Amino acid sequence: MFASENGLKGDPRLEAISAAIRVVPDFPKKGIMFQDITTLLLDHKAFKHTIDIFVDRYRDMQISVVAGVEARGFLFGPSIALAIGAKFIPLRKPGKLPGKVISESYELEYGHDRLEMHVGTVEPRERVIIIDDLVATGGTLSAAISLLESQGAEVVECACVIGLPEVKGQHKLKGKPLYVLVEPSGVDEFC
Amino acid sequence: MSGNKEEEDPRINGIKTKIRVVPDFPKKGIMFQDITTVLLDPKAFKDTIDLFVERYRDKNISVVAGIEARGFIFGPPIALAIGAKFVPLRKPKKLPGETIFEEYELEYGNDRLEMHIGAVEAGDRALVVDDLIATGGTLCAAINLLERVGAEVVECACVIELPELKGRQRLKGKPLCMLVEYR
Repeated sequence: MFASENGLKGDPRLEAISAAIRVVPDFPKKGIMFQDITTLLLDHKAFKHTIDIFVDRYRDMQISVVAGVEARGFLFGPSIALAIGAKFIPLRKPGKLPGKVISESYELEYGHDRLEMHVGTVEPRERVIIIDDLVATGGTLSAAISLLESQGAEVVECACVIGLPEVKGQHKLKGKPLYVLVEPSGVDEFC
Repeated sequence: MSGNKEEEDPRINGIKTKIRVVPDFPKKGIMFQDITTVLLDPKAFKDTIDLFVERYRDKNISVVAGIEARGFIFGPPIALAIGAKFVPLRKPKKLPGETIFEEYELEYGNDRLEMHIGAVEAGDRALVVDDLIATGGTLCAAINLLERVGAEVVECACVIELPELKGRQRLKGKPLCMLVEYR
């Protein structure tokens, strides 16, 4: 669900966050309007608002694990984990994690990719949130949910800064709630 | 923080004990310094960030540049705490806007580090963050990128140093702050 539908309607912080996101047309290929969060990271106040909104939501939900999807999930997840006293677990592309891993494959537009997680990092029934910068089809998040559930963790929610139109109205991902701060910015909004 | 044993902050040993060494990764002979185990201990992770924040909060740092991907884990919390921008320095073709790049040497061949044009401005005071310094090649490339746009690199900050690889000497005279040495 979108934050504006869930208690934050009219919250000026959401506007500031949205305004700070830059749209780059035709990246990585023609027709894609890429939502660039690096400009949000350059705006200290808006970046802080982003983290604060997630922290306010999750601090009293007994979350003991924040899992972040490589690489842009790493930009948001650790700060949230630190503020709520949770562990941070990186979910990575194949071959990056040095210890024993489990992996889950997911579909790309053409072909597949895999997401890996270190074994032994979550206890059964630990409460987890999964973070990424953006959710489009939900394929990567679904793979992340599978990895965590296979280790016995309880995925409480998936959280993203931006949610593409495909997910609007789709509040749940593999049966898990999805929490999103903003819709994609349009090209004209950044000037 | 960087190597003066008598003054070592008590939090440092707690961090050091959480780093997992994985032999023969990514290949035989390398003793890989795994920081993911530090991230599993909220106190150790918080102490790591706090140590850097305490050092940099009064140094007027306006930008923290973090090197993909493990620099993305430590850099943003530091940036947020000290009121600085965060700039990701990335492998080729990941950044969507206009970029500049700097090449650096690997054991076999070269790689590139990219930065968005316009993210860092002339006069910005920069801190470069990564999880570990080995040969210093990547950090040197980061320093070059920042200096090319007119920023002043104040210091490089790493959780771990491998001093035998002498990376400290490849930082164009910039100081290095590290928490834990591995020999």
